[in-house]
Amino acid sequence: MEIKVTVNGKKFTSDVEPRTLLVHYVREVLNLTGTNVGCDTSSCGACSLHLDGEAVKSCTVLAVQADGADITTIEGMAAADGTLHPMQQSFMENHGLQCGFCTPGMVMAATSLLKENPNPSEDEVRIGLEGNLCRCTGYHNIVKAVLAAAGK
Amino acid sequence: MIPAAFDYVRASSAAEAISLIGQHGSDAKFIAGGHSLLPMMKLRLAQPAVLVDISRISDLSYIKDAGDHIAIGAMTRHMDVEKSPVLAQHVPLLAHAAGHVGDPQVRHRGTIGGSIAHADPASDLPATTLALGATYVVQGPNGTREIAASDFYKSFLESDLAEDEMLTEIRVPKMNGAGWSFQKFNRRAQDWAIVGVAAWRGANGSGVGLVNMGQTPILASSVSTALAGGSSIADAAALAVADAQPSADNNATVEYRTHLAKVLVRRALEQASA
Repeated sequence: MEIKVTVNGKKFTSDVEPRTLLVHYVREVLNLTGTNVGCDTSSCGACSLHLDGEAVKSCTVLAVQADGADITTIEGMAAADGTLHPMQQSFMENHGLQCGFCTPGMVMAATSLLKENPNPSEDEVRIGLEGNLCRCTGYHNIVKAVLAAAGK
Repeated sequence: MIPAAFDYVRASSAAEAISLIGQHGSDAKFIAGGHSLLPMMKLRLAQPAVLVDISRISDLSYIKDAGDHIAIGAMTRHMDVEKSPVLAQHVPLLAHAAGHVGDPQVRHRGTIGGSIAHADPASDLPATTLALGATYVVQGPNGTREIAASDFYKSFLESDLAEDEMLTEIRVPKMNGAGWSFQKFNRRAQDWAIVGVAAWRGANGSGVGLVNMGQTPILASSVSTALAGGSSIADAAALAVADAQPSADNNATVEYRTHLAKVLVRRALEQASA
Protein backbone atom coordinates (compact mmCIF):
# COMPACT_ATOMS: atom_id res chain seq x y z
CA MET A 1 0.00 0.00 0.00
CA GLU A 2 1.27 3.46 -0.88
CA ILE A 3 1.79 5.93 1.94
CA LYS A 4 2.85 9.56 1.90
CA VAL A 5 4.57 10.95 4.97
CA THR A 6 6.66 13.93 5.90
CA VAL A 7 9.66 12.93 8.01
CA ASN A 8 11.92 15.58 9.49
CA GLY A 9 10.55 18.07 6.97
CA LYS A 10 11.11 15.88 3.90
CA LYS A 11 8.28 14.28 1.95
CA PHE A 12 8.39 10.56 1.17
CA THR A 13 6.12 8.30 -0.84
CA SER A 14 6.63 4.60 -0.15
CA ASP A 15 4.99 1.30 -0.92
CA VAL A 16 4.75 -0.70 2.33
CA GLU A 17 3.18 -3.94 3.45
CA PRO A 18 0.26 -3.22 5.80
CA ARG A 19 2.04 -5.13 8.57
CA THR A 20 5.13 -2.90 8.44
CA LEU A 21 5.58 -1.21 11.80
CA LEU A 22 6.35 2.50 11.75
CA VAL A 23 9.65 1.93 13.56
CA HIS A 24 10.79 -0.53 10.88
CA TYR A 25 9.70 1.86 8.14
CA VAL A 26 11.70 4.69 9.67
CA ARG A 27 14.78 2.57 10.38
CA GLU A 28 14.90 0.24 7.40
CA VAL A 29 13.23 2.13 4.57
CA LEU A 30 14.31 5.67 5.45
CA ASN A 31 17.55 4.54 7.13
CA LEU A 32 16.90 6.78 10.13
CA THR A 33 18.35 4.45 12.75
CA GLY A 34 18.39 6.91 15.64
CA THR A 35 14.98 5.58 16.67
CA ASN A 36 15.74 2.38 18.57
CA VAL A 37 13.81 -0.85 19.05
CA GLY A 38 14.06 -1.88 22.68
CA CYS A 39 11.33 -4.09 24.10
CA ASP A 40 9.16 -4.22 20.97
CA THR A 41 6.09 -4.44 23.25
CA SER A 42 5.27 -0.73 23.79
CA SER A 43 6.77 -0.81 27.27
CA CYS A 44 10.24 0.77 27.07
CA GLY A 45 9.77 3.88 24.94
CA ALA A 46 13.09 3.57 23.04
CA CYS A 47 11.13 3.79 19.76
CA SER A 48 9.36 7.05 20.68
CA LEU A 49 9.05 9.59 17.89
CA HIS A 50 6.65 12.44 17.18
CA LEU A 51 3.55 11.73 15.09
CA ASP A 52 1.86 15.04 14.26
CA GLY A 53 3.73 16.64 17.15
CA GLU A 54 3.00 14.06 19.86
CA ALA A 55 5.24 11.30 21.19
CA VAL A 56 4.10 7.80 20.26
CA LYS A 57 5.70 4.37 20.44
CA SER A 58 6.50 3.56 16.83
CA CYS A 59 6.74 -0.20 17.51
CA THR A 60 2.97 -0.15 18.10
CA VAL A 61 1.90 1.95 15.13
CA LEU A 62 1.54 0.58 11.60
CA ALA A 63 3.27 2.60 8.89
CA VAL A 64 -0.06 2.65 7.01
CA GLN A 65 -1.68 4.27 10.06
CA ALA A 66 0.86 7.10 9.75
CA ASP A 67 -0.12 7.80 6.13
CA GLY A 68 -0.36 11.57 5.69
CA ALA A 69 1.31 12.31 9.01
CA ASP A 70 4.10 14.69 9.90
CA ILE A 71 6.78 12.67 11.68
CA THR A 72 9.83 13.87 13.58
CA THR A 73 12.58 11.50 14.67
CA ILE A 74 15.64 12.27 16.77
CA GLU A 75 17.53 13.06 13.55
CA GLY A 76 15.11 15.94 12.94
CA MET A 77 15.58 17.63 16.31
CA ALA A 78 18.79 19.59 15.71
CA ALA A 79 18.74 22.67 13.48
CA ALA A 80 20.02 22.45 9.90
CA ASP A 81 23.35 23.98 10.95
CA GLY A 82 23.82 21.27 13.58
CA THR A 83 22.78 23.36 16.58
CA LEU A 84 21.29 20.92 19.05
CA HIS A 85 17.66 21.15 20.13
CA PRO A 86 17.53 22.73 23.62
CA MET A 87 16.47 19.33 25.04
CA GLN A 88 19.45 17.60 23.44
CA GLN A 89 21.75 20.36 24.72
CA SER A 90 20.28 19.97 28.19
CA PHE A 91 20.78 16.18 28.17
CA MET A 92 24.42 16.83 27.24
CA GLU A 93 24.99 19.50 29.89
CA ASN A 94 23.33 17.48 32.63
CA HIS A 95 24.80 14.15 31.59
CA GLY A 96 21.28 12.81 31.09
CA LEU A 97 22.54 9.57 29.60
CA GLN A 98 24.77 6.64 30.34
CA CYS A 99 24.82 4.00 27.58
CA GLY A 100 22.63 6.18 25.36
CA PHE A 101 20.23 3.52 24.11
CA CYS A 102 17.12 5.06 25.67
CA THR A 103 18.23 8.63 24.91
CA PRO A 104 16.52 9.25 21.57
CA GLY A 105 13.21 8.03 23.01
CA MET A 106 13.75 10.03 26.20
CA VAL A 107 14.42 13.22 24.23
CA MET A 108 11.33 12.69 22.06
CA ALA A 109 9.11 11.90 25.08
CA ALA A 110 10.54 14.82 27.07
CA THR A 111 9.97 17.38 24.30
CA SER A 112 6.40 16.11 23.86
CA LEU A 113 5.92 16.39 27.64
CA LEU A 114 7.13 20.02 27.74
CA LYS A 115 4.87 20.90 24.82
CA GLU A 116 1.87 19.69 26.86
CA ASN A 117 3.16 20.95 30.20
CA PRO A 118 5.82 23.67 29.70
CA ASN A 119 6.37 24.17 33.42
CA PRO A 120 6.36 20.72 35.08
CA SER A 121 7.32 19.92 38.64
CA GLU A 122 9.94 17.23 39.25
CA ASP A 123 7.12 14.77 40.04
CA GLU A 124 5.35 15.65 36.80
CA VAL A 125 8.54 15.01 34.84
CA ARG A 126 8.97 11.62 36.51
CA ILE A 127 5.35 10.64 35.86
CA GLY A 128 5.46 12.16 32.38
CA LEU A 129 8.37 9.89 31.48
CA GLU A 130 6.73 6.75 32.91
CA GLY A 131 6.64 5.27 29.42
CA ASN A 132 10.41 5.38 28.99
CA LEU A 133 12.79 2.97 30.67
CA CYS A 134 16.51 3.58 31.24
CA ARG A 135 18.13 0.25 32.06
CA CYS A 136 21.29 2.06 33.24
CA THR A 137 18.85 3.58 35.79
CA GLY A 138 20.12 7.04 34.89
CA TYR A 139 16.81 8.66 35.73
CA HIS A 140 18.16 11.26 38.14
CA ASN A 141 20.13 13.19 35.52
CA ILE A 142 17.47 12.64 32.87
CA VAL A 143 14.93 14.36 35.12
CA LYS A 144 17.48 17.08 35.85
CA ALA A 145 18.01 17.60 32.12
CA VAL A 146 14.28 17.91 31.43
CA LEU A 147 13.80 20.36 34.30
CA ALA A 148 16.78 22.40 33.04
CA ALA A 149 15.32 22.44 29.52
CA ALA A 150 12.07 23.75 31.03
CA GLY A 151 14.07 26.62 32.49
CA LYS A 152 14.24 25.34 36.07
CA MET B 1 8.13 -8.89 16.24
CA ILE B 2 6.05 -8.26 13.14
CA PRO B 3 2.37 -9.21 12.81
CA ALA B 4 1.34 -11.91 10.36
CA ALA B 5 0.29 -10.56 6.98
CA PHE B 6 -3.17 -9.00 6.68
CA ASP B 7 -5.12 -6.78 4.32
CA TYR B 8 -5.77 -3.22 5.42
CA VAL B 9 -8.77 -1.07 4.58
CA ARG B 10 -9.69 2.34 5.91
CA ALA B 11 -13.20 3.52 6.79
CA SER B 12 -14.22 7.16 6.74
CA SER B 13 -17.58 6.70 8.46
CA ALA B 14 -19.19 4.29 10.92
CA ALA B 15 -21.56 3.08 8.19
CA GLU B 16 -18.64 2.34 5.86
CA ALA B 17 -16.77 0.55 8.66
CA ILE B 18 -19.77 -1.67 9.41
CA SER B 19 -20.21 -2.43 5.72
CA LEU B 20 -16.52 -3.34 5.39
CA ILE B 21 -16.52 -5.59 8.45
CA GLY B 22 -19.69 -7.24 7.11
CA GLN B 23 -17.97 -8.00 3.82
CA HIS B 24 -14.96 -9.60 5.46
CA GLY B 25 -16.73 -11.48 8.25
CA SER B 26 -15.15 -13.09 11.26
CA ASP B 27 -11.59 -12.84 9.90
CA ALA B 28 -11.72 -9.06 10.10
CA LYS B 29 -11.10 -6.78 13.09
CA PHE B 30 -11.57 -3.08 13.66
CA ILE B 31 -8.41 -1.21 14.57
CA ALA B 32 -8.53 2.18 16.29
CA GLY B 33 -5.39 3.25 18.19
CA GLY B 34 -4.20 -0.35 17.98
CA HIS B 35 -2.60 -0.37 21.42
CA SER B 36 -4.42 -3.53 22.51
CA LEU B 37 -4.73 -5.24 19.14
CA LEU B 38 -1.25 -4.71 17.66
CA PRO B 39 0.62 -6.18 20.65
CA MET B 40 -1.66 -9.23 20.42
CA MET B 41 -1.04 -9.52 16.69
CA LYS B 42 2.72 -9.27 17.20
CA LEU B 43 2.50 -12.16 19.67
CA ARG B 44 0.18 -14.09 17.30
CA LEU B 45 -2.53 -14.08 19.95
CA ALA B 46 -4.67 -12.46 17.27
CA GLN B 47 -4.29 -13.10 13.57
CA PRO B 48 -6.99 -11.21 11.65
CA ALA B 49 -6.95 -11.52 7.86
CA VAL B 50 -8.25 -7.98 7.44
CA LEU B 51 -7.95 -4.82 9.52
CA VAL B 52 -10.58 -2.15 9.12
CA ASP B 53 -9.00 1.10 10.31
CA ILE B 54 -11.62 3.23 12.04
CA SER B 55 -9.20 5.68 13.66
CA ARG B 56 -9.79 8.32 10.97
CA ILE B 57 -13.54 8.55 11.57
CA SER B 58 -13.10 12.02 13.03
CA ASP B 59 -16.80 12.59 13.75
CA LEU B 60 -16.53 9.83 16.38
CA SER B 61 -14.01 11.86 18.40
CA TYR B 62 -15.89 14.21 20.72
CA ILE B 63 -16.86 14.89 24.32
CA LYS B 64 -20.28 16.57 24.62
CA ASP B 65 -22.45 17.71 27.47
CA ALA B 66 -25.78 15.99 26.80
CA GLY B 67 -27.74 17.19 29.83
CA ASP B 68 -27.83 14.40 32.39
CA HIS B 69 -24.83 12.64 30.88
CA ILE B 70 -21.64 13.25 28.93
CA ALA B 71 -21.49 11.67 25.48
CA ILE B 72 -18.03 10.52 24.40
CA GLY B 73 -17.27 9.43 20.85
CA ALA B 74 -15.67 6.00 20.68
CA MET B 75 -12.60 7.32 18.81
CA THR B 76 -11.77 9.84 21.55
CA ARG B 77 -8.21 9.20 22.70
CA HIS B 78 -7.30 8.57 26.32
CA MET B 79 -5.27 11.81 26.36
CA ASP B 80 -8.34 13.79 25.28
CA VAL B 81 -10.50 12.10 27.94
CA GLU B 82 -7.82 12.80 30.56
CA LYS B 83 -7.55 16.49 29.66
CA SER B 84 -11.21 17.24 28.95
CA PRO B 85 -12.50 20.24 30.97
CA VAL B 86 -16.07 18.94 30.48
CA LEU B 87 -15.19 15.60 32.07
CA ALA B 88 -13.08 17.26 34.77
CA GLN B 89 -16.21 19.14 35.79
CA HIS B 90 -18.88 16.46 35.39
CA VAL B 91 -17.17 13.04 35.48
CA PRO B 92 -13.81 13.63 37.15
CA LEU B 93 -13.39 9.93 38.02
CA LEU B 94 -13.29 8.99 34.32
CA ALA B 95 -10.86 11.77 33.37
CA HIS B 96 -8.59 10.73 36.24
CA ALA B 97 -8.74 7.03 35.37
CA ALA B 98 -7.96 7.77 31.71
CA GLY B 99 -4.76 9.46 32.91
CA HIS B 100 -3.68 6.12 34.40
CA VAL B 101 -3.98 4.09 31.20
CA GLY B 102 -0.53 3.01 30.00
CA ASP B 103 1.74 6.03 29.61
CA PRO B 104 1.57 9.34 27.69
CA GLN B 105 2.67 7.77 24.39
CA VAL B 106 -0.01 5.07 24.72
CA ARG B 107 -2.62 7.69 25.66
CA HIS B 108 -1.79 9.65 22.48
CA ARG B 109 -2.96 6.66 20.42
CA GLY B 110 -5.36 4.50 22.44
CA THR B 111 -9.08 5.29 22.41
CA ILE B 112 -11.83 4.89 25.00
CA GLY B 113 -13.93 2.94 22.50
CA GLY B 114 -11.09 0.58 21.69
CA SER B 115 -10.43 -0.08 25.36
CA ILE B 116 -14.09 -0.85 26.10
CA ALA B 117 -14.68 -2.95 22.98
CA HIS B 118 -11.53 -4.96 23.79
CA ALA B 119 -13.26 -5.84 27.09
CA ASP B 120 -10.08 -6.62 28.99
CA PRO B 121 -10.88 -7.09 32.70
CA ALA B 122 -7.39 -5.73 33.49
CA SER B 123 -8.03 -2.42 31.68
CA ASP B 124 -8.96 0.67 33.65
CA LEU B 125 -11.79 2.17 31.60
CA PRO B 126 -14.15 -0.83 31.32
CA ALA B 127 -14.37 -1.12 35.12
CA THR B 128 -14.53 2.66 35.56
CA THR B 129 -17.41 3.16 33.12
CA LEU B 130 -19.13 0.12 34.65
CA ALA B 131 -18.88 1.72 38.12
CA LEU B 132 -20.29 4.95 36.72
CA GLY B 133 -23.34 3.21 35.24
CA ALA B 134 -22.42 4.07 31.65
CA THR B 135 -24.40 3.09 28.57
CA TYR B 136 -22.65 2.07 25.37
CA VAL B 137 -24.14 2.90 21.97
CA VAL B 138 -23.34 0.40 19.24
CA GLN B 139 -24.10 0.60 15.55
CA GLY B 140 -24.74 -2.33 13.23
CA PRO B 141 -26.12 -2.89 9.76
CA ASN B 142 -29.68 -2.48 11.05
CA GLY B 143 -29.18 0.64 13.14
CA THR B 144 -28.06 1.46 16.65
CA ARG B 145 -28.82 -0.03 20.05
CA GLU B 146 -27.88 0.91 23.59
CA ILE B 147 -26.29 -1.57 25.98
CA ALA B 148 -25.92 -0.93 29.70
CA ALA B 149 -22.30 -1.41 30.76
CA SER B 150 -23.58 -3.96 33.29
CA ASP B 151 -24.91 -6.11 30.39
CA PHE B 152 -21.98 -5.60 28.03
CA TYR B 153 -19.15 -7.75 29.36
CA LYS B 154 -19.68 -11.45 28.76
CA SER B 155 -16.36 -13.20 29.32
CA PHE B 156 -12.61 -12.69 28.98
CA LEU B 157 -12.16 -10.25 26.04
CA GLU B 158 -15.75 -11.00 25.02
CA SER B 159 -18.56 -8.50 24.92
CA ASP B 160 -22.14 -8.27 23.72
CA LEU B 161 -20.91 -6.69 20.46
CA ALA B 162 -21.85 -8.73 17.39
CA GLU B 163 -19.18 -9.24 14.73
CA ASP B 164 -20.75 -6.62 12.49
CA GLU B 165 -21.40 -4.07 15.23
CA MET B 166 -19.20 -1.17 16.22
CA LEU B 167 -19.13 0.76 19.48
CA THR B 168 -19.74 4.40 18.59
CA GLU B 169 -20.51 6.30 21.79
CA ILE B 170 -20.07 6.02 25.55
CA ARG B 171 -22.68 7.81 27.67
CA VAL B 172 -21.58 8.48 31.21
CA PRO B 173 -24.00 9.93 33.78
CA LYS B 174 -22.84 13.15 35.39
CA MET B 175 -21.49 12.61 38.88
CA ASN B 176 -23.23 15.69 40.30
CA GLY B 177 -20.50 16.37 42.81
CA ALA B 178 -20.26 12.81 44.20
CA GLY B 179 -17.01 11.90 45.91
CA TRP B 180 -14.75 9.53 44.02
CA SER B 181 -11.51 7.61 44.10
CA PHE B 182 -9.37 5.60 41.71
CA GLN B 183 -6.97 3.09 43.21
CA LYS B 184 -4.50 1.28 41.00
CA PHE B 185 -2.06 -1.16 42.50
CA ASN B 186 0.71 -2.23 40.17
CA ARG B 187 4.37 -3.15 40.22
CA ARG B 188 5.63 -0.65 37.68
CA ALA B 189 4.28 2.77 36.65
CA GLN B 190 2.83 1.80 33.27
CA ASP B 191 1.66 -1.74 34.09
CA TRP B 192 -1.86 -3.03 34.13
CA ALA B 193 -3.35 -3.02 37.61
CA ILE B 194 -2.80 -6.14 39.71
CA VAL B 195 -6.03 -4.91 41.27
CA GLY B 196 -7.75 -1.60 40.57
CA VAL B 197 -10.80 0.09 42.05
CA ALA B 198 -12.93 2.89 40.59
CA ALA B 199 -15.47 4.15 43.11
CA TRP B 200 -17.90 7.02 43.63
CA ARG B 201 -20.27 7.82 46.45
CA GLY B 202 -22.91 10.54 46.49
CA ALA B 203 -26.46 11.47 47.34
CA ASN B 204 -27.82 8.89 44.87
CA GLY B 205 -25.83 5.95 46.14
CA SER B 206 -22.48 4.56 45.12
CA GLY B 207 -20.71 2.55 42.46
CA VAL B 208 -17.63 0.37 42.77
CA GLY B 209 -15.85 -1.16 39.77
CA LEU B 210 -13.06 -3.69 40.12
CA VAL B 211 -10.17 -4.03 37.66
CA ASN B 212 -8.55 -7.43 37.10
CA MET B 213 -10.72 -9.30 39.59
CA GLY B 214 -12.33 -11.81 37.22
CA GLN B 215 -12.94 -12.75 33.61
CA THR B 216 -14.77 -9.45 33.09
CA PRO B 217 -14.62 -6.04 34.76
CA ILE B 218 -16.60 -6.45 37.98
CA LEU B 219 -19.33 -4.28 39.47
CA ALA B 220 -19.09 -4.78 43.24
CA SER B 221 -22.84 -4.46 43.78
CA SER B 222 -22.69 -6.06 47.22
CA VAL B 223 -20.53 -3.20 48.47
CA SER B 224 -23.01 -0.57 47.24
CA THR B 225 -25.98 -2.49 48.65
CA ALA B 226 -24.28 -2.69 52.04
CA LEU B 227 -23.51 1.05 52.03
CA ALA B 228 -27.11 1.85 51.08
CA GLY B 229 -28.24 -0.32 53.99
CA GLY B 230 -26.17 1.70 56.42
CA SER B 231 -23.05 -0.46 56.69
CA SER B 232 -19.79 1.13 57.71
CA ILE B 233 -17.08 1.53 55.07
CA ALA B 234 -15.05 -1.23 56.71
CA ASP B 235 -18.00 -3.66 56.70
CA ALA B 236 -18.92 -2.79 53.10
CA ALA B 237 -15.31 -3.13 51.92
CA ALA B 238 -15.18 -6.61 53.46
CA LEU B 239 -17.69 -7.58 50.72
CA ALA B 240 -15.34 -6.37 47.95
CA VAL B 241 -14.91 -9.80 46.38
CA ALA B 242 -18.48 -11.05 46.87
CA ASP B 243 -19.19 -10.37 43.18
CA ALA B 244 -15.69 -11.17 41.87
CA GLN B 245 -13.95 -14.31 40.66
CA PRO B 246 -10.25 -13.46 40.90
CA SER B 247 -7.70 -15.77 39.36
CA ALA B 248 -3.98 -16.19 39.95
CA ASP B 249 -1.19 -15.06 37.63
CA ASN B 250 2.52 -14.26 37.82
CA ASN B 251 1.82 -11.12 39.85
CA ALA B 252 -0.62 -12.35 42.45
CA THR B 253 -2.27 -15.39 43.99
CA VAL B 254 -6.03 -15.48 44.46
CA GLU B 255 -5.54 -14.85 48.20
CA TYR B 256 -3.32 -11.82 47.57
CA ARG B 257 -5.73 -10.37 45.00
CA THR B 258 -8.62 -10.87 47.41
CA HIS B 259 -6.73 -9.11 50.17
CA LEU B 260 -5.74 -6.24 47.87
CA ALA B 261 -9.30 -5.75 46.65
CA LYS B 262 -10.65 -5.41 50.19
CA VAL B 263 -7.93 -2.94 51.18
CA LEU B 264 -8.24 -0.88 48.00
CA VAL B 265 -12.04 -0.76 48.15
CA ARG B 266 -11.82 0.47 51.74
CA ARG B 267 -9.30 3.14 50.77
CA ALA B 268 -11.39 4.15 47.76
CA LEU B 269 -14.57 4.46 49.83
CA GLU B 270 -12.77 6.45 52.53
CA GLN B 271 -11.47 8.85 49.90
CA ALA B 272 -14.82 9.05 48.09
CA SER B 273 -16.63 9.70 51.36
CA ALA B 274 -14.24 12.35 52.66
